[in-house]
Amino acid sequence: MKINERFYPILATLAVLVLLYGYGIVEHRAFSDTYVLGALLTDNAFLIITAVGMTFVILSGGIDLSVGSMIAFIGVLMAELVTGFGMHPVTAAVVAMIVGSAFGAFMGVIIAKFDIQPFIITLAGMFFLRGMCFLINLDSVPIDHPFVSAFSGFKIQLPGRGWLTASALLMLATVIGGVVIAHFTRFGRNVYAIGGDRHSAELLGVPVHSTIIRVYTLSGFFSALSGVVFAFYTASAYPLAAVGVELDAIAAVVIGGTLLTGGMGFVLGTFFGGIIMGVIQTLIAFDGSLNSWWTKIMIGALLFGFIVLQRLITRSFSGMRAGAT
Amino acid sequence: MSDTVLSVRGAGKFFPGVKALEDVDFDLERGEIHALLGENGAGKSTLIKVITGVHPRDAGTVSLEGQEIHPQHPGDAQELGISTVYQEVNLVPTLSVAENLMLERQTRKFGLISWKKTEADAKTALEILGLEIDVNRPLGSYSVAIQQLVAIARAVALDAKVLILDEPTASLDGEEIKTLFRIMGELRDKGLGIVFVTHFLDQVYAVTDRITVLRNGRLVGTFVTKELAQIDLINHMLGRELAEVSAHRHQDEGSYDGPARQIQIKNLGKKRVLEPVSLDLKAGEIVGLAGLLGSGRTELAELVFGTQKADSGLVFLDGEPVMLRSPRHAIRAGFGLCPEDRKQDGIVAELSVRENIVLALQGRRGWLRPIPRAEQQKFADDMIKALGIATPDSEKPVGQLSGGNQQKVILARWLVSKPILLILDEPTRGIDVGAHADIIKLIKELCDEGLALLVASSELEEIVAFADRVAVMRDREKVSELVGADITQNSIIEAIAR
Repeated sequence: MKINERFYPILATLAVLVLLYGYGIVEHRAFSDTYVLGALLTDNAFLIITAVGMTFVILSGGIDLSVGSMIAFIGVLMAELVTGFGMHPVTAAVVAMIVGSAFGAFMGVIIAKFDIQPFIITLAGMFFLRGMCFLINLDSVPIDHPFVSAFSGFKIQLPGRGWLTASALLMLATVIGGVVIAHFTRFGRNVYAIGGDRHSAELLGVPVHSTIIRVYTLSGFFSALSGVVFAFYTASAYPLAAVGVELDAIAAVVIGGTLLTGGMGFVLGTFFGGIIMGVIQTLIAFDGSLNSWWTKIMIGALLFGFIVLQRLITRSFSGMRAGAT
Repeated sequence: MSDTVLSVRGAGKFFPGVKALEDVDFDLERGEIHALLGENGAGKSTLIKVITGVHPRDAGTVSLEGQEIHPQHPGDAQELGISTVYQEVNLVPTLSVAENLMLERQTRKFGLISWKKTEADAKTALEILGLEIDVNRPLGSYSVAIQQLVAIARAVALDAKVLILDEPTASLDGEEIKTLFRIMGELRDKGLGIVFVTHFLDQVYAVTDRITVLRNGRLVGTFVTKELAQIDLINHMLGRELAEVSAHRHQDEGSYDGPARQIQIKNLGKKRVLEPVSLDLKAGEIVGLAGLLGSGRTELAELVFGTQKADSGLVFLDGEPVMLRSPRHAIRAGFGLCPEDRKQDGIVAELSVRENIVLALQGRRGWLRPIPRAEQQKFADDMIKALGIATPDSEKPVGQLSGGNQQKVILARWLVSKPILLILDEPTRGIDVGAHADIIKLIKELCDEGLALLVASSELEEIVAFADRVAVMRDREKVSELVGADITQNSIIEAIAR
């Protein structure tokens, strides 16, 4: 049977992951232990959670540059709520995620109702949130609470020397949630439709405006969750945290095989994309002789490859409108 | 005993500077196929958009089964039972066929989509049209004709009371059209009211029960098809006698006596796209390209224009080989192409009429020598007048014009750049009778001015009407070349069938 062309990019992603991981196993003995796997899942948890939200944004044909600042802002906000107002960290997390979702919804409303490029609006959001961090707090502050220690101390032993942390578990749950939303809800399919051809989607009866608002709300929600995980994981908040994470998230989505112009891709691919970026980082750290900037060079090269691959696949489509957003 | 399902009273729609629709009444009965006819800009599309909620109406009422409705967008209209299939395929190419069919209507279990059931439903919807394809592959991987059938299947699968078909046959071949007509008949017998917009008058007489004619945004009248002679219908549509278009061969060879420029296509071909084709053209001559959908007509046009790179053969201009690595080279050499798919390849919808018209000329001069604004304005105004482009002014974005007028803008673009060879791929597709006649008249005039024209068309009448020579294509190959008196509809059909 002929393989469906929709699966080409994610198959390429999987091939890259297998190659890199295989290389790791051959070169470094530690790679065959679950220790590396557990560390990959934990260290990249907040990135992948953000990238899951970003997947929906990119699938819809948009972009969200505010997510990095959101992570930092949520951290600073939580620190203030927990240490300043004596709130329980879980309550603070709920409040923070409501704030994050509301801010995402606010950007979504502007993007949808005024038909403005998401790039511009979320760029504004990025500056606004980063500035808000400094309004609350100028320095790095610890978040001191028994629950936070319990969160960062929580571990499930894996066979071998590895373990799954609370961050990793939350991330895996997010990925599963993302897959369900993307593939098994009408909202999810409408996101794909809008990214594939917005005009047609509208004529097919897709509620374009409300879907776009929900996409940015979802991205706000996931980046806020990521901020919570990041804050719990590091047990601190820092206004300059997660600078440039929005670009890492976009890279994870694209390496995961999602079409940068929208309409095609998989949440699961984003998970693999995030792990690939982690594997590259780990390989370079293990090597020891290479500068850490090689991570960026490798990721850049992969991005070039994936963008060209996507172009080749969509070019074979008839009736695919140039510049459709 | 009328059984009206859809009733429009006094509908009006005004755009800045244009009364697109004014005081139009329209009634659709259960179990009828009702043709909606009119020239470009007559208001057919606007009326449909008002009914389906794409545009809010500025005056009048729309009632479905006696109940006044106010759809805010096509989704609303769909839910009320009004489905529309548009002229250009309006589906999402990146989604699978099944998803395009079932979008917003997927079967859900416990709030989640059941893909098994959704795919089964999609297959059932396609079975009605006798279409058996893999519903899991992306829609974009299928031909435009199949995409159009999927669009129709979607509209039919909705529990529609009213089905609007806006030029659905534009990209279908003869067999597919027959299938469509059979399905339309079945749906009518089930009690559906069908609005059928087309510019093929023979199709109107083949399937419709009644005809409503619009002109300049106003209602001309509603007629029973059987009681309306074709000539009267054309009169209603045009409000004037149609100039003798068909059955008038381009006999006046020699009316052009300028320099005899020669264009020779020698063994031009590309693997898996087109078998090598040879064809000669000269200034003042119209060569027709006939053949069915997918016979290689469009492919030959694209190879000559450099849109696709040939891997064999050459094109010679006055004996000198022309480098055709890209459309840029072709434009520099003096070739022009009006593509089949206006929306995708032809116009730049966001740019104004003026900007679209000077585009090719500017491209040929190079960007370092901009055309002065006053000169641009003059080109645009001249062309708007010469071709009769219906636009309030030259600054209106082309995307807002009707199909026929967009086609005229593309023609104008090439005319100002004074090409040697102009390739027209389906120049009259999606264009109605009046503009059709205008464009054919234009084609003949261009030829008299010394242009060499290569015209690909699926309408044999049209080719017979103007071509000096006809190359017949079949299965990506040139199978025959007809000259002069040998060019008849029958001889072309024979060549295709042989």
